[in-house]
Amino acid sequence: MSVASELARARAIAWKDLTAERRTKANFNAVLFFAALVLLLFGFALGPDNDALRGAAAGVLWLTVLFGGVLSFNRSYEMELEGGALEALLLYPGDRRALFLGKLLANLAFLLLVELVLVPLAAVLYDLPLFRPGPGLFGVIILGTLGFVTLGTFYAAMASRARAREVLLPLLLFPMLVPLLLAAVEATKALLARDLMGDAGSWIRLLVVFDVIFLVASFFAFEYVIEE
Amino acid sequence: MQTSTGAADPAADLQGIARRFGRRWVLRGVSLRVEPGETVALMGRNGSGKTTLLRIVSTALSPTRGAGRVFGHDLRRAGARVRELVGVLGHAAGLYEDLTGVENLKFALRMCGRRPDRAAIEDALAEVGLADAGDERVRTYSAGMRRRLALARLVLRPPRLLLLDEPYAAFDVDGIRKVNDFVRQVTAAGGAAIISTHDLERALPVADRVVHILDGQLYEGAPADLDLRIERAGGDVAEEAVHSAAGGAR
Amino acid sequence: MGTGFDAARVLRPRGLQFFGWFALLFFLASQAGGLLLTPPDRDMGHLQKIMYVHVPSAWMSLLAYAIVFGFGVMFLWKRDLKWDLMAAATAEAGIVFTGLALLTGSIWGRPTWGIWWTWDARLTSEAVLFIMYAGYLALRAMTDDEMRRARWSAAIAALGFLNTYIVYMSVRWWRTLHQIQSSPSTVDPQYVLFLRLNAFAFLFILIWFAASRYRVARLTRDIEESVEERALRPQTEGVHV
Repeated sequence: MSVASELARARAIAWKDLTAERRTKANFNAVLFFAALVLLLFGFALGPDNDALRGAAAGVLWLTVLFGGVLSFNRSYEMELEGGALEALLLYPGDRRALFLGKLLANLAFLLLVELVLVPLAAVLYDLPLFRPGPGLFGVIILGTLGFVTLGTFYAAMASRARAREVLLPLLLFPMLVPLLLAAVEATKALLARDLMGDAGSWIRLLVVFDVIFLVASFFAFEYVIEE
Repeated sequence: MQTSTGAADPAADLQGIARRFGRRWVLRGVSLRVEPGETVALMGRNGSGKTTLLRIVSTALSPTRGAGRVFGHDLRRAGARVRELVGVLGHAAGLYEDLTGVENLKFALRMCGRRPDRAAIEDALAEVGLADAGDERVRTYSAGMRRRLALARLVLRPPRLLLLDEPYAAFDVDGIRKVNDFVRQVTAAGGAAIISTHDLERALPVADRVVHILDGQLYEGAPADLDLRIERAGGDVAEEAVHSAAGGAR
Repeated sequence: MGTGFDAARVLRPRGLQFFGWFALLFFLASQAGGLLLTPPDRDMGHLQKIMYVHVPSAWMSLLAYAIVFGFGVMFLWKRDLKWDLMAAATAEAGIVFTGLALLTGSIWGRPTWGIWWTWDARLTSEAVLFIMYAGYLALRAMTDDEMRRARWSAAIAALGFLNTYIVYMSVRWWRTLHQIQSSPSTVDPQYVLFLRLNAFAFLFILIWFAASRYRVARLTRDIEESVEERALRPQTEGVHV
């Protein structure tokens, strides 16, 4: 099939996932409340000192995204495993990488929506100047989320079908995310501090490189992961 | 559906298929040839490997040993081509609970690279007797309705090789007739069907040939213990045949 | 895979045993040379000798991951499970060296910098590598189907291998931006010879370890295969239709 029709298939999968999620909102609410809880708990752990909180905020925010996101990736495949839908999906003609792209798109939209609530909440709780950094901050959030979701979608395709999947996914995923976490946290930190040192640019470049490398790598490796 | 394959190719040609799960051999060298236009009833006890065999033919599972072809396309090397020709009605319907019946069919069409045609979807729903339930979520469906929806998905895109795994379970008399009608439709168009069942009476109206699996191997004919049941249930079979004839004339 | 059973070859793999002794002697000689024949370091004294374990272990941990990656690619290409078993054997050896590198690094850090752990780029990357090995082996333990396990392992090793360098560079960058001095890494030429000798000693041990693990995995599989062959032999002759 042509590239255009494969993209249409990927879009169909994303549409299907998001429609089901919109109907129930079960996953969205659970992830969002869990993430909000993590934000609060970090606040308690780091103490009531506002300066200390502000200093740690970038790291806390990204860890919260990671902890929340990792819960949703397995769920995205569980939906396929209930009732044997994954097998039906794999039996459609065409390229199976469309499945990866579709899941990736759905997970990306899902997590960005969670962040739409989570980031302002973090700004309130940790006293962050959300609008001062301008569009750069949103760029960092989107790039960081894209890289995270790419690897999350890839590893969850395996972990969700293995035993002990709840532990296995973070064990596989988080060490891979070390560069992404460093880059996203440092860029966010720099932008929140008005980027006086001009560091944000180089971290954003690292984010872009990371995203491109692992988008390509997991796209091509997915065929080996999904086949039976 | 147009295919580029020669007329001489069998619909399914399996040679020495063996499959191991962990240390257990579920299939131990199964060879089977199904010609176009033919319907084969595949019998066997629970756990005898019927489902495994059908999953291998559908490319959902690769065989540990052996090889197979569907209309001349190798299961391993040309899996994508095989998937274009094969249609499955299995234990698990593969439906999405939070989508409606219509949405599930729309999704299936999109995944086959076709436009979701509302009229065609409604025709298919009417054909399986779900005309009124199309806009309800699958979550509210009964087991029989789910099966009908899965059947509608096949009706929308009739396969060349139809693989039915216990198709008569959860269907009422009307549903069974619809399944058998569909089997006839596929074989009349030059396709073939393999029906796994332990309910030979239901399959007898459409089956041209009966084979059974025992200890992971394939034998011609029905297992002995089932033959007895058919004799006893002779009346029902005749009745079913009448039903089918009525359905066919519809 | 072969099913012929040669008891002598199986129970006493001459080549492997010989190589094991050779690796051990080479290792002992290299270590003794490093300990006895090189002068104590100006600042660290004899403490510095832990380098002869730490540095080769760290090298081997990376080399082993590269080999795991290579065997994974070979499996995906050839679809022969022997490549997967070789990858797994190498990973098992690799995680031992990674652990050793971490442990010696930490022991070295305590008297040198007064801390058990420093967020130095190399040590931190080593820790990430350790967890990547652990994830690789955990996934293997959590999947039952051997073909699936082999494919998944190869995919994980490929992405992990891509990531090792990115992890190292990003942590180093992170460190320099925070203005914390990196560890002194100048190595006097007089240590280089024994460092190299020890690197080879560790390489031989890595190979011996991986080969031994592979041999066990292969034998286990051969036994399973012979059981399979028996199971596949029909009890009653089936009619093939």
